[in-house]
Amino acid sequence: MAAIEVEHISKKYGEVEALRDVSFSVNKGEIFGLIGPDGAGKTTLFRILTTLIRANSGSATIAGLDVVKDYKKIRNQVGYMPGRFSLYQDMTIEENLTFFATVFNTTIKENYYLIKDIYQQIEPFKDRRAGKLSGGMKQKLALSCALIHKPVVLFLDEPTTGVDPVSRKEFWEMLKALKVQGITILVSTPYMDEAMLCDRIALIQNGSFLDIETPQEIINDFKETIWSVRSLNMSALLNDLRLCPGIESCFAFGDVHHVTVNESLLTIASLKKQLQEKGHIDIEIQSIKPTIEDCYMQLASK
Amino acid sequence: MNENNIVIETKDLTKRFGHFTAVDHITFNVHEGEIFGFLGANGAGKTTAMKMLCGLSKPTSGSGKVAGYDIGKQSELVKRNIGYMSQKFSLYEDLKVWENIRLFAGIYGMKDKDIAIKTEELLSRLGFESERNTLVKSLPLGWKQKLSFSVSIFHEPKIVFLDEPTGGVDPATRRQFWELIYQAADRGITVFVTTHYMDEAEYCNRVSIMVDGVIEALDSPVNLKKQFGVNGMEDVFYKLARKAKRGE
Repeated sequence: MAAIEVEHISKKYGEVEALRDVSFSVNKGEIFGLIGPDGAGKTTLFRILTTLIRANSGSATIAGLDVVKDYKKIRNQVGYMPGRFSLYQDMTIEENLTFFATVFNTTIKENYYLIKDIYQQIEPFKDRRAGKLSGGMKQKLALSCALIHKPVVLFLDEPTTGVDPVSRKEFWEMLKALKVQGITILVSTPYMDEAMLCDRIALIQNGSFLDIETPQEIINDFKETIWSVRSLNMSALLNDLRLCPGIESCFAFGDVHHVTVNESLLTIASLKKQLQEKGHIDIEIQSIKPTIEDCYMQLASK
Repeated sequence: MNENNIVIETKDLTKRFGHFTAVDHITFNVHEGEIFGFLGANGAGKTTAMKMLCGLSKPTSGSGKVAGYDIGKQSELVKRNIGYMSQKFSLYEDLKVWENIRLFAGIYGMKDKDIAIKTEELLSRLGFESERNTLVKSLPLGWKQKLSFSVSIFHEPKIVFLDEPTGGVDPATRRQFWELIYQAADRGITVFVTTHYMDEAEYCNRVSIMVDGVIEALDSPVNLKKQFGVNGMEDVFYKLARKAKRGE
């Protein structure tokens, strides 16, 4: 029995098709990533699977329970961290956790072992109001509250947005530990390095799933020739590269630009010459392997 | 970028809340036309520092000047001469696109005729002509961010403060957003931006990293990477932020 089974789900808001005929399944203990631009349908999918809204057509089960007929049972068995801050700002850390435990008919003590590694980091501040916490601490509290009733499936909607890189890394270490406990995790994220940490990811655009594979498979499917290019004036370089014949796409990637190339029209040597003629200096061009972000950019630009 | 013209300067800028020192004697300058990245872990004091620079919070001690005005004594003049965009609030969701532009432009004292002309230019540049009557709440997040940024510099301020402008936005939209930032910097607008995306730190001319209320590093990304002997800004950040003593 799959932990999550989705069959031909569609959802419309008025004229807008938020989800179009989406089908997929997630295995127990998998970390399954949803990647896609804003408006792609990720949050709508979360809301359907956590039984907060109903699809127009199709069906879905969570741990074998139907999202429509068995919604009450599902609500006891899933944990949900929605996109925005979901906790009570004027209650303390401890009060928030106690509240959620009580709502699910349990106590902090009963499932403390499950959240220990996460909660211990914020426990010294347990009398601090949730509204006064920094981004990283809020995420840890929200995760603790989503886990306190020992859910079988965890739904995380962009849990690390607004959190600094160090805290993000810590958060994903915690997710890996939860996976070991057998908890299934469906997570959406705008961070491509986090996409790499998932067992499988689904790329979503305009309400449809474009691709569902392991991160490595998605990278292996990338067939274009890709180079990294830099010069002293990166802003001008971006514009100049886009005008070069043979350059199919050009995107900024931190301290270099990535270009996909039609090799029958362009070689590294001829590109360097063209850039020199445009006045660029300190030019470095290298052939590189694609990253998951390159794959995303290619799909997004279609 | 004009290194001779300093648009932000601080000297021992400090903010205390009771016994807690959120910002601890920070001293730095930002040059005209620079894209300056203001980084730090959650709880490091970034937001508190930015609030002081925007004239939203008074320093406990030390001083600062933004766009030539004293942040302690002339905070209202500071506010009038800067642009500001935050992830948490940017535009009025229940107003239309053109209404938001009109509202903010009016608040910044622009004349009606200028507002009308510039609104058309902006809508055309962003490709938003068909959306002028759309309520902002109906726009996808990436469009909101682009519109919000454009509104924040609509009055052509000397400096624009961006507080995590691309938080939660997908990779493609983020890049489009940064191209808008480049264009603004090319026009001479100084950009002061905080971000948690380390690839965006690379787009900045210089970057500062705050840890426990203090600026622990300030230099160009190239120099910072050399200084710490690493390949990426992410590694620079880890090396510094991991030393942080604040619970968070």
